[in-house]
Amino acid sequence: MAPPVVTVFGTANFANAARVMACLEEVGVEYEVVEVDYMAKEHKGAEHLARNPLGQIPAFQDGDIKLFESRAIAKYVLRKYSKAAHVDLLREGNPEEAAMVDVWTEVEAHTYFPAIAPIFYECVVYPATHGIPTNQKVVDESLEKLKKVLDVYEAHLSRSKYLYLAGDFFSFADLNHFPFTFHVMTTPHASLFDSYPHVKAWWERVMARPSLKKISPDMVIRA
Amino acid sequence: MAPMKLYGAVLSWNVTRCATALEEAGSDYEIVPINFATAEHKSPEHLARNPFGQVPALQDGDLYVFESRAICKYAARKNKPELLREGNLEESAMVDVWMEVEANQYTSVLNPILFQVLISPMLGGTTDQKVVDENLEKLKKVLEVYEARLTKFKYLAGDFLSLADLNHVSVTLCLLATPYASVLDAYPHVKAWWSSLMERPSVQKVAVMMKPSA
Repeated sequence: MAPPVVTVFGTANFANAARVMACLEEVGVEYEVVEVDYMAKEHKGAEHLARNPLGQIPAFQDGDIKLFESRAIAKYVLRKYSKAAHVDLLREGNPEEAAMVDVWTEVEAHTYFPAIAPIFYECVVYPATHGIPTNQKVVDESLEKLKKVLDVYEAHLSRSKYLYLAGDFFSFADLNHFPFTFHVMTTPHASLFDSYPHVKAWWERVMARPSLKKISPDMVIRA
Repeated sequence: MAPMKLYGAVLSWNVTRCATALEEAGSDYEIVPINFATAEHKSPEHLARNPFGQVPALQDGDLYVFESRAICKYAARKNKPELLREGNLEESAMVDVWMEVEANQYTSVLNPILFQVLISPMLGGTTDQKVVDENLEKLKKVLEVYEARLTKFKYLAGDFLSLADLNHVSVTLCLLATPYASVLDAYPHVKAWWSSLMERPSVQKVAVMMKPSA
């Protein structure tokens, strides 16, 4: 096995660390994973704050370059290593395609994630890692919000007939939906997606990517 | 070439985030107001531009772009790519980091403050002071990080102005219109950074745009 080229601070059970690892897998770059002990508040300690002044997970290092914020790290990885790997998830050479990648990346961050994340935290994280029972009211409210969001995704995919969100090419926009969607798909609420055939087909296409299949087992959150 | 059209009201700091980028990039654009009172944002015409029925949306020829930060990047790439530095790995990474920080750490805590203080009363609601106070405390912690960064560099991504700085303008202008503007006073490098941004003609133009009409 080749020696690691870069380091990710934060393990794959952290969805934002998994976001970075998905990109590293897509470009085929060897990476070291350094655990940051969340329960021991290591992310708020001096050593980690030097890597990420917001005291969050993940952080990243490539030689002298130190980065934080998972989407910024991910874009750096893709810009630096994509050509050699023959992938183009950002489409920065094509303004219209790049704009569509940006649009659906922003939608994930500001519309999709706020609707889906509480389901993940209430159904997976809090019971498994904090022993806190699921707040069903929060879950129900989030499911209603998520349905409205998925209505738009379904309309977009069915009207455009695109295979993926930004066009007929897998992009950074699709990849960004992976971590939190993966986790919700491990809960009974996965069945919500059955009412959205184009969204479901898109998700199956996304999950077929070898990069995502590879990191999925490490993402599972255990008690 | 027809000017680009930015759809939305200048009352929205998401719309004026785009206006800041478009002005600084020297883009040829015009603002086309969208009337929320008549639910124009939910009309089929507008849903074709932004399927979530929100503002802003940008039209450039046949292309529609929505999500303010996607619009800002589109304008920068088109008219002033040096605001993004996409040809330089390290510089573009720094621009991206601080664009993410703006969205995820700065504006995320400013939004609830601005909504409670500026928008809720306008809609006939009250200001939830608890929400304001909680988010002001979070904002102070974030400003400590900005202070440390701007002590080392003139701008957020380094010693060059970038879209990362510009994306902060519209919400910061709104903060200055609340009673909480003085929260910046404890952070001298943040204040100096803000003053240098305020000197830019593009920022001054947006400040005028955002003033409520007499």
